[in-house]
Amino acid sequence: MGRYVRRSFAILAAVALLSAALAQSTLRIGLAEDPDILDPALARTYVGRIVFASLCDKLFDIDTTAAVVPQLATGYTVSDDGLTVTIDIRQGVLFHDGTAMDAEAVKYSLDRAKNLPGSNRASELEQLESVTVVDEDTIELHLSTPFSPLIAQLADRAGMIVSPTAAEAAGEEFGNAPVCAGPFRFVERVAQDRIVLERFEDYWDADAISIDRVVFLPIPDSSVRLANLQSGDLQMIERPAPTDLAVMRADSNLVVPSVASLGYQGITINLSNPEPRTDPLSSDVRVREALELAIDRNTINDVVFGGEFIVGNQPVPPSSPWYVADMPVPERDVEGARALLDEAGVDRVPFEMMVANNPEAIRVGEVIQAMAGEVGFDITLRATEFATALDLQEQGQYAAFPVGWSGRIDPDGNIHQFHTCEGALNESGYCDPEVDKLLNEARAAGDTDERFELYRQALERYLPDRHIIYLYHTQLFFPHVAAVQGFQAYPDGLIRLQGVSLQ
Amino acid sequence: MLPYVGRRALTAIPTLFLVTVMVFGIQRSLPGDPALILAGEQQDPAVIAFIREKYRLDDPLPVQYVAWVAQLARGDLGRSLRTNERVLHLIAAKLPVTIELAVLSLLVGIAIALPLGILAAVRRGTAVDYGGTALALTGLSVPNFWLGIMLILFVSVRLGWLPASGYVPLSEGVWENVKRMIMPAFVLGTGLAAVLMRQMRSSMLGVLKQDFVRTAHAKGQRGASVVVRHAARNALIPVTTILGLQLGALLSGAVLTEQVFTIPGFGKLIVDAVFNRDYAVVQGVVLITATSYILINLLVDLAYAVLDPRIGAR
Amino acid sequence: MSVTVRVERPAEAAPQAGGPFGRVARLLKRPPAIIGALVVLLFVVVAALAPVLAPYDPAKPDFANVRQPPSAEYRFGTDEIGRDVLTRTIYGARASLLAGVISVLIATGLGVPLGLISGFYRGALDEVIMRLTDAVLSFPFLILAIAMAAALGPSLTNAMIAIGIATTPTFVRLTRAQVLAVGAEEFVTAARALGATGARIIWRHVLPNSVAPLLVQATLTIAQAVIAESALSFLGLGVQPPTPSWGGMLNTAKNFLVQAPWMAIYPGLSIFFTVLAFNLFGDGLRDALDPRDD
Repeated sequence: MGRYVRRSFAILAAVALLSAALAQSTLRIGLAEDPDILDPALARTYVGRIVFASLCDKLFDIDTTAAVVPQLATGYTVSDDGLTVTIDIRQGVLFHDGTAMDAEAVKYSLDRAKNLPGSNRASELEQLESVTVVDEDTIELHLSTPFSPLIAQLADRAGMIVSPTAAEAAGEEFGNAPVCAGPFRFVERVAQDRIVLERFEDYWDADAISIDRVVFLPIPDSSVRLANLQSGDLQMIERPAPTDLAVMRADSNLVVPSVASLGYQGITINLSNPEPRTDPLSSDVRVREALELAIDRNTINDVVFGGEFIVGNQPVPPSSPWYVADMPVPERDVEGARALLDEAGVDRVPFEMMVANNPEAIRVGEVIQAMAGEVGFDITLRATEFATALDLQEQGQYAAFPVGWSGRIDPDGNIHQFHTCEGALNESGYCDPEVDKLLNEARAAGDTDERFELYRQALERYLPDRHIIYLYHTQLFFPHVAAVQGFQAYPDGLIRLQGVSLQ
Repeated sequence: MLPYVGRRALTAIPTLFLVTVMVFGIQRSLPGDPALILAGEQQDPAVIAFIREKYRLDDPLPVQYVAWVAQLARGDLGRSLRTNERVLHLIAAKLPVTIELAVLSLLVGIAIALPLGILAAVRRGTAVDYGGTALALTGLSVPNFWLGIMLILFVSVRLGWLPASGYVPLSEGVWENVKRMIMPAFVLGTGLAAVLMRQMRSSMLGVLKQDFVRTAHAKGQRGASVVVRHAARNALIPVTTILGLQLGALLSGAVLTEQVFTIPGFGKLIVDAVFNRDYAVVQGVVLITATSYILINLLVDLAYAVLDPRIGAR
Repeated sequence: MSVTVRVERPAEAAPQAGGPFGRVARLLKRPPAIIGALVVLLFVVVAALAPVLAPYDPAKPDFANVRQPPSAEYRFGTDEIGRDVLTRTIYGARASLLAGVISVLIATGLGVPLGLISGFYRGALDEVIMRLTDAVLSFPFLILAIAMAAALGPSLTNAMIAIGIATTPTFVRLTRAQVLAVGAEEFVTAARALGATGARIIWRHVLPNSVAPLLVQATLTIAQAVIAESALSFLGLGVQPPTPSWGGMLNTAKNFLVQAPWMAIYPGLSIFFTVLAFNLFGDGLRDALDPRDD
């Protein structure tokens, strides 16, 4: 018996040592959601992009200021008419299956992104007509109209290059075991539990990678995610609850890098989706202005987000180079709001506000409800499950809905589809041909100053209509243990492991 | 008796049919369109149309139902709409997790219930009896999810004794695996213990009155030994039957417990699939669960018929 | 759940010893049952008098007093937007008790007639009802409730309907078993021979004999329903904000365990005590009404 026990202990100790050795260069990252399909063409979730950042390199990437930099491309030129974009491809890059990443592979991936049935990239590459291979490391993109945001699109999933050999062989199964040219290769995935990646030895920038293994673990509950970080089970988490940040900062073992996100949060108000609505909120802009003035953005930020987010009033955060500084965030003005309601001839304005069915969104709703109530709005909150909310929004069966956008590198991604008459995400039914004209011109314009001016003019037209009342911008936090070194936060919220090490 | 067995087995068929109708019906009556969810943030109309077409979401419901049943008949549960994984693979991956949780919870439940049940029966009508009953009812009355939260708060966050949540496969070390299962198994086990304890107590009471126990006492054997050697063993028979039937309740409890402790098991699979409108997964998982429940019940009923011929005669 | 039915199945339909007074007397001899009844009564009073008892407005936030620990001013502390936790716990009793009682009323309202029909007329109708019951029972209870609550849309009413339907099979089976047991008794056979109609036999003989076990089952099911309602609210499928409910409060509180544990402790304890009270009472009721133990 005694000997048996001793032997068991010896085995246990060996197992413990072994797992410690294995654990040394394994980075375990807690995600806020379970990613969807891991196929760059079909993927649709924000959280999936975090996994892709380690798995699939893109033609272009961004730096910490959201400026586009080359990745699998080495450079590009745009023709004078804006219709041809020539891209130089990095030489000597291998996919995880050992095949070469060359111009043919790039053409294959772009064609796949555009043509694969059900591709979520097709709309992002709408202006791309065809791709031609010039030589082994050069391709030409031919556009139907000039489209400035194209390079920014290629710095996201649309620009991810997949192994043609693997994609052809796997067919529909490709997303279950993707093969790309990123720093880590796919090992296994257990749905809702883990995604395991290991270092790709032949990565083109192998010197930048010192982590051997990355494990992504979806843990939806923010407090549980934090508890796992504090107990050492995880080395890094994303999207912590802002109200937990004080706890994390007080923990000497944790570091909390952060950066402002590219996205926004606001209230979308239904004006005429699918038909023009007649209630005061939808039909009278003064009522909507009163609603905006009734809301104290700083109170929302302080109460719900511990003051950690950034208040805002435009589709891009105040820190963005595209923010129009002479239209600042308005202050709360109860008397002004009341006066506007009186002017509009209404005493109390009842309306129903759909809120996403999670505690944080409900809290935002409750704070808005309380503040607007003091002015004359009787808001009924309708907590609606995400799936149902999408449906109701699509059918226009809602009056107001606080909802956000994760943000895109190019301002076009935050603006065009929400404010143009036929925009795919224009759930408000807003339509102003002049705004359409300005936003289309801004897409085609090549010069940054010229684009800014066009966006400013459009903003001056659509912002006062208040079909979207922009409220705040999330700040992205990536709390990690102090042993993780060299990590930098990027405004697109992706976790890039280049230069990151585990001490 | 044989006709009874046959008849009882036959009743499982219409029940299974009704289950498929219910699973399908409830699933499709959920508001929300899976195509809109699958289209993601971008909501590209072309993608939405493609998904509707691919999963035949625009077909009339009876057509969809028949297609699903035909697919089932081929032994194919379909693929997850969300991740494109085969539902059968998903189930195969989750089943061991939930089974492990269920087995550990049973162990916890038995460890609490048997001694308590025996003690309560032997010391019937005393403070021990009332105390034991009250304790068992306490276990039954604590909401699983709240107990889970409280355990995380005190055991993990305050004391730092056990990891707050998650699951590590057995292959990464037995202790690594078990230490994450202790709290969830305890949470589920306490609820179970209440039911088992009551059953143990009453069947012990029945056994204690019987002749052979009295004889053993009369022969001068010590009380504790009589209780353990004779009474408890006999009292266990009905308790074991109850155990089998508790599997359904365990799975129900596992839904929230897995949610609180982020354990990637069956319960979490179903709840997430309901919220994501992942039709194939909801249908497949609920169907498998309901079928196994019906089969367990069938076996139990048949076992009863074998053990007690009067039932068959009815 | 089927377990309870099985244990409960009153195959022997024992004669009721001592009449109603004897039963009440026996119930009174059981201190846990009395405590249970008193606690239930206490919660009913608290729920009814909530506006009088609660020190604050349950829905009005106070942004200057967010997540304050318990103090003389706020006995149970304040929540994430500065509402008084004591006030919300008091008001929360309404949702829980309503859900518990009404969902069981729905379950009995559906289950008892179905069980009577099934047991009394037997035949094809019985088969259909029993197969339906089996099918509903084969779904894990909570999953059925979650699916139905999601299908109907989140609200207290819909949560009650969902829980009510999910608990109906227990009552169908129990009632049917009672009918079968009583139907075999001589006095019923006699009544039939004398030409009494079905409805009359059910009314005069079957129902009175079924009241006791149904009452016990109803009390225990209320306990279960209270937990189920809080579970649905915990998942966001129950009471709508800003109306307080204990499950909903826990749903929010779980994100503030470290900074504001009081937000989780008090609503949780309230659910626990309410459920325990119903269980104690139901348990005592069962012992008092079932003479087999004595």
